[in-house]
Amino acid sequence: MTKLPGKQMVVEALKREGVDVVFGFPGGAIIDVYDAMEKDGSIKHVLVRHEQGATHAADGYARATGKVGVCIATSGPGATNTVTGIATAYMDSIPMVVFTGQVPTSLIGNDAFQEVDIVGITRPCTKHNYLVKDVHKLPTILKEAFYIASSGRPGPVLIDLPKDIQNQVAEFDYPDKIKLRSYNPVVEPHTRQIERAFRLIEKSKQPIIYAGGGVIIANAHKELRKLAESIYAPVTMTLMGLGGFPGTHEQSLGMLGMHGTYCANMAMANTDLIIAVGARFDDRVTGKIEAFAPNASIIHIDIDPTSIQKNVKVDVPIVGDCRRALKKLVRVIEEDGRPQEVWKEKFQPWWDQIRAWEARHPLTYKKEPGVIKPQYVIEKLYELTKGKAIITTEVGQNQMWTAQFYKFDEPRTLLTSGGLGTMGYGFPAAIGAQMAFPNKLVVDVAGDGSIQMCIQEMATAMEQKLPVKIIILNNQFLGMVRQWQELFYDRRYAATEFSVTPDFVKLAEAYGAKGFRATKPEEVEDTLKKGLETDCLTIMEFAIAREEGVFPMVPAGKATTEMLLV
Amino acid sequence: MKHTLSVLVENEPGALSRITGLFSGRGFNIESLCVAPTLDHTMSHLTLVTSGDEYIIEQIIKQLNRLVDVYKVVDVSEGEFVEREMALIKVRAEDETRAEVLRMCDIFRCKVVDVSPKTYTIEVTGPESKLKAVMELLKPIGIKEITRTGTIAIQREKKTV
Repeated sequence: MTKLPGKQMVVEALKREGVDVVFGFPGGAIIDVYDAMEKDGSIKHVLVRHEQGATHAADGYARATGKVGVCIATSGPGATNTVTGIATAYMDSIPMVVFTGQVPTSLIGNDAFQEVDIVGITRPCTKHNYLVKDVHKLPTILKEAFYIASSGRPGPVLIDLPKDIQNQVAEFDYPDKIKLRSYNPVVEPHTRQIERAFRLIEKSKQPIIYAGGGVIIANAHKELRKLAESIYAPVTMTLMGLGGFPGTHEQSLGMLGMHGTYCANMAMANTDLIIAVGARFDDRVTGKIEAFAPNASIIHIDIDPTSIQKNVKVDVPIVGDCRRALKKLVRVIEEDGRPQEVWKEKFQPWWDQIRAWEARHPLTYKKEPGVIKPQYVIEKLYELTKGKAIITTEVGQNQMWTAQFYKFDEPRTLLTSGGLGTMGYGFPAAIGAQMAFPNKLVVDVAGDGSIQMCIQEMATAMEQKLPVKIIILNNQFLGMVRQWQELFYDRRYAATEFSVTPDFVKLAEAYGAKGFRATKPEEVEDTLKKGLETDCLTIMEFAIAREEGVFPMVPAGKATTEMLLV
Repeated sequence: MKHTLSVLVENEPGALSRITGLFSGRGFNIESLCVAPTLDHTMSHLTLVTSGDEYIIEQIIKQLNRLVDVYKVVDVSEGEFVEREMALIKVRAEDETRAEVLRMCDIFRCKVVDVSPKTYTIEVTGPESKLKAVMELLKPIGIKEITRTGTIAIQREKKTV
């Protein structure tokens, strides 16, 4: 067995876990790990311009690949800057390992320079975290961190590394496998529960599949499609679930919830059976909980028992990996032997009703001459990319228009901060995704507000020669908040109007990137074409209708059937 | 409804903070909390008294189980169990009340653990209801200070956590 200093243990562990790229920003308390990485030379490091960018980039990398994202920061302010990114990953169950430097153990608790209790600060927003006080325990901690981050319901794990520990030497005994007595997530779903679920499906006349991010995390998209097709049930998805079932599939009703389609929300309100897969009935989906799906029985498949029965009462809880559960359920349906036509016929009246809702209020927007509608930009983006790009978004109107008007057919093609709703997420996440897939088209759809929250990462993208495309839907407003003010606060636009925005084309050029701008509808397609064809970082700015809203909209706290429509 | 939970948790730094943080962060209520290592020193036993309807208690148990450090959670109040709490009560004991305090101690089988010219400190052990009764009776005499351990509990008969 070899003896290694703590800093080298970190590098060795990264190699053994198959980590090929890390995102970070150095500082005094983490300089030793950086030195070990530099000497080793086999791990690609992406130097960001702000630690928040590192966490989002690692998160974007993880979402695009399914692998654990890794980022590194120094102690104190470096560590606190990672908090937003960690909380973002935690809310959306993204596997991530975050290393932070810490002051030497002898100084901990002394208010030393750049000291902060990051383990205490991140306790509520990590799946687990460690302050390493004994270098002998470091190999096990490293292994545990990757195991915990990526197993069960994934999430971020933080390891705080005091400077002296980085330099102390111990045996490097890296376990191949790890077993923790207190942490054993249930992955295999209970067969009897699956059978009970099938009996509910059999009895149902108006079922709906409600799919969330768990489908994507569990790589269960094929199994989900099989289930949907074999019983010919309609499928609606949460924001996090988009791409888990093909958006262009005839059984897809699109997204549900606050800005979901009329059809999806009406179907949820009238269904007699919800088959929830890897979703958690969050408030943006259910609206007023008392009025949510009043006549429905609920089957709920989720790997996290706390998600089940948290917001709604569930008839058949199925704890386990979504993929395994769906596989088992499909097998039970196959054994039952009814062909698709039989189910199709059975659900025909239900489908007739659904198609009528679809026809009554399809997803749409009003075109106005001479004004660029943001929805039109997204539609054109979809056409030009043939739905094949990896799309990241910021948060707000840009995010909802993207979710509504870009049809995601494949999992891991929409990277967006759903749970925490972090403005500034999209661009660094695009950098992470582009690092993972250098040859794919990666586009960040942004607003003029949120792009400015992590715009400093332009330099990172240029340095790494990443051809990320940024679309800025510029309305010189914090559009989503403005929309709420318009609808519910008598148009008092408190602090939502930007009187100064940078010239984004010049800004792009200042970084050595390319910039294009469209101010008229007829320029949209050309601008997109030019922008998407470049081989470098590019900003495409669209001066959009300033007071365009996102519709349908369920006002917060209202029932999902009380939608405001276009 | 009041529930008494037994929680086995890894004896790691921060483990208790994870549990209390979970309660405050999710708006659950802690009425009392008592924690000490078990025979196996790598594990601690925590008795936690909380309240809520069945859904809240279900969430509390699930959320506790979700913590990486938590090994096991049992709602001991679901079955037969024994619960005990101890209180140390410093009570005014001057000429006219000294005898009365001692009589009370006798009735409730309390122990006098410290004596001063003007006070008795008494140790009382039992279920929370007994502690309450003692406190009620001593109040008119004059309680100067009181410290309580919080409830500990164990299941009856062969059952173990």
